[in-house]
Amino acid sequence: MKTLEIPVVKLPKETEELRREIRQFLKEEIENGLIETKCDCWLSGFSEDFSRKMGARGWIGMTWPKKYGGGERSSVERYVVTEEMLAAGAPVSGHWIADRQTGPLLLKYGTEEQKQFFLPRIAKGECYFAIGLSEPNAGSDLAALQARAVKVDKGWILNGSKIWTSGAHHAHYSIVLCRTTPMDPNNRHAGMSQLIVDLNAPGVTIRPIHLMTGEHHFNEVFFEDVFVPDGMVVGTLGNGWAQGMAELAYERSGPERILSTFPLLNELTNVLIEKCDAKGLNEVSRLISRLWTLRNMSLGIARLLEEGVPSNIIASLVKDMGTQFEQEIPEITRLLVSVIPLTDSENRLERFLAQSILQSPGFTLRGGTTEILRGIVAKGVINQ
Amino acid sequence: MSEMKDMILESAVKIFEKYSTKEVVNDAEKGQWAAELWENLEAYGMLGVGVPEELGGSGGDLDDALSILQMAGKYSAPIPLAETFIANWLLSDLGESVVEGIVTIPGQNSTEPFQLQKSGQGWIINGKAKYVPWARNAEKLLVAGESIDGTVLLVLPLEKAEIKPGKNMAGEARDEVIFDQVYIEECQTVSVDYSALTKKLYYAGALTRSVLMAGAIERVLDVTINHTNERSQFGRPIHRFQAIQHHLAALAGETAGAGIAAKYAVDAFGTNPFSKELAYAKIRINEAAGKVNTIAHQVLAAIGFTYEHTLHHSTRRLWSWREEFGTESDWEQVITEELLKLEKNELWSVITGVVKHAKKVGIQ
Ligand SMILES: Cc1cc2nc3c(=O)[nH]c(=O)nc-3n(C[C@H](O)[C@H](O)[C@H](O)COP(=O)(O)OP(=O)(O)OC[C@H]3O[C@@H](n4cnc5c(N)ncnc54)[C@H](O)[C@@H]3O)c2cc1C
Repeated sequence: MKTLEIPVVKLPKETEELRREIRQFLKEEIENGLIETKCDCWLSGFSEDFSRKMGARGWIGMTWPKKYGGGERSSVERYVVTEEMLAAGAPVSGHWIADRQTGPLLLKYGTEEQKQFFLPRIAKGECYFAIGLSEPNAGSDLAALQARAVKVDKGWILNGSKIWTSGAHHAHYSIVLCRTTPMDPNNRHAGMSQLIVDLNAPGVTIRPIHLMTGEHHFNEVFFEDVFVPDGMVVGTLGNGWAQGMAELAYERSGPERILSTFPLLNELTNVLIEKCDAKGLNEVSRLISRLWTLRNMSLGIARLLEEGVPSNIIASLVKDMGTQFEQEIPEITRLLVSVIPLTDSENRLERFLAQSILQSPGFTLRGGTTEILRGIVAKGVINQ
Repeated sequence: MSEMKDMILESAVKIFEKYSTKEVVNDAEKGQWAAELWENLEAYGMLGVGVPEELGGSGGDLDDALSILQMAGKYSAPIPLAETFIANWLLSDLGESVVEGIVTIPGQNSTEPFQLQKSGQGWIINGKAKYVPWARNAEKLLVAGESIDGTVLLVLPLEKAEIKPGKNMAGEARDEVIFDQVYIEECQTVSVDYSALTKKLYYAGALTRSVLMAGAIERVLDVTINHTNERSQFGRPIHRFQAIQHHLAALAGETAGAGIAAKYAVDAFGTNPFSKELAYAKIRINEAAGKVNTIAHQVLAAIGFTYEHTLHHSTRRLWSWREEFGTESDWEQVITEELLKLEKNELWSVITGVVKHAKKVGIQ
């Protein structure tokens, strides 16, 4: 079936050198106590310093043109960097969204000024973006969103609110999807636009929403008569829905949909090897085989995206399968070792297990729930 | 269900509703002892249910105590009710009177016996217990001890102990208790067999966790059903989506399964505190806990992932409790040992409980 075809990607030899360089860097950071391995690091691991260092090494905006601060490297090289970071559980959440989707969005739809202003800053690891999609009454049903901007001289006045905005308290900007013409009940997707909103602008209020663990990751963001200059509209006015949907393929197929709990799997393997637990390692082998398949799927989609092939269906499928996998790792681990998961433990296995269990509900929700993704995949294969 | 039991349960529920509220549970996680909850349970004689009156209990049977405990699980009661129950059952089994006040037991099976040395009128105590539920709030700790006279069941006052605070994934107190050359004037000791005592604690621990979990699962089902009525997307309440209906059906199945497993385990415990049905129940309810949590969080989505919502009171407890007093793997080993003793074609006998070789098969 055409929709399900994924190309084979052979990683070029140069990437091996790149991998070694990254591992050496990470090893030093960890040994010097500058960073700490964490599960779900792309959402919960934050370090301004680390993001800046990655920028300095050319590991953010890697594929972008040099004139915008990029490195003109291949998407496969970028893939290598992201998966090495995730495998090590490094604190990459600061720049993650900007590197993954804001950059590509601006490259595709942004004005020359936007590209010149934002891309070099993002690539330096100094400018973070948050995703401004969900609202209290618009979760899975995103088209129900109500944030609206009204035209004024030289710009727009934005009112409304966004919710579950990951990292808004660290981010400098958010791409906010809002209505620039009132909602038409017969065509709810029409009349939406994407605005770049400065989160420090007057009228923006950010309220923390604490996770069930007490940690602060996401937020509610309120816009009260926030002035957004004309130059901050992304792409075509009224085309926000289509532009936003195109971002989703980037959002859904990356290695972060597979590797959120990899530090736990790694630690489990260490412990089982130490105990010479062959039966336990059999289970790990099955997990590795799944991971191998998922990684190859994800890599193939990175290639498709680079070639501009529409990949929404297969990306949704990989996100579903990958996030199930991430969720199962703690469930399988706890049956192979008798430890009590504790968030404050000195023991890595106990700590990673607790982190994985407590973060796992989010895996199959953020970026589109399992139920919604399965709807997309089912429709996609039926319409073949 | 007896009328007596109905009445006890009804008063217990009233107390939990009033004193085990969202705020109390959240405050407990921040370190605030749920004093009013405890005091009211005590005042209404709930702590001594299942222990004969002549031993200082309030009468009623184990079954009654365990239905109170199931409600404690449902209301996420942040108190060592299970531990106090266990301590009192153990004492009353030995013909001893119940202990006044808040008593706890070690939450880990691996606790080494505490060492007692006679010293003048009292004792010098040395020992360490990790992961002790609510040790910081408890007045006494029941543990195995060793003296020159052999193994004893010890009820130690905790005032002089060093307590290192810790917590499980639900933020419930799980502290380390250290007695380092602590002199104690008076403590209750009863001669016991060490391995029998440890086993008893472990089985009773598993049973109480199973019952608490069955209660928490009931709550998760309630919360989830409510949410699917209240939350609308795409212009309709989300229970109208078939995917959600399937989740609800699976959740209902797990809840019913956990409920019946707990009931049979409670019943078995009354006649044999080492019944294999306790193992079956812990395995099955642990398994249910994992499934129930996944489904509920999936259905509640982002809002259920927040501290503000109360779903996590139940789900984080379920994640924690399934590791306490034995995971599925731990209890599977217990069953496996029995299975290895079977002859060919005896599996059915195990399930029906009518065995050919009663001497070999210890399954009740
Ligand atoms: C950790 C985390 C980080 C997030 N970060 C961001 C962010 O940075 N920016 C942002 O904009 N959003 C973010 N979100 C929000 C996320 O996109 C939403 O949670 C998600 O879209 C679901 O919306 P909801 O939570 O309102 O659930 P609801 O839409 O209310 O869904 C509730 C349940 O109903 C199901 N359901 C809904 N509609 C249907 C249907 N038609 N058929 C079958 N089932 C259905 C869902 O699958 C789910 O199980 C984040 C969420 C999480 C958990």
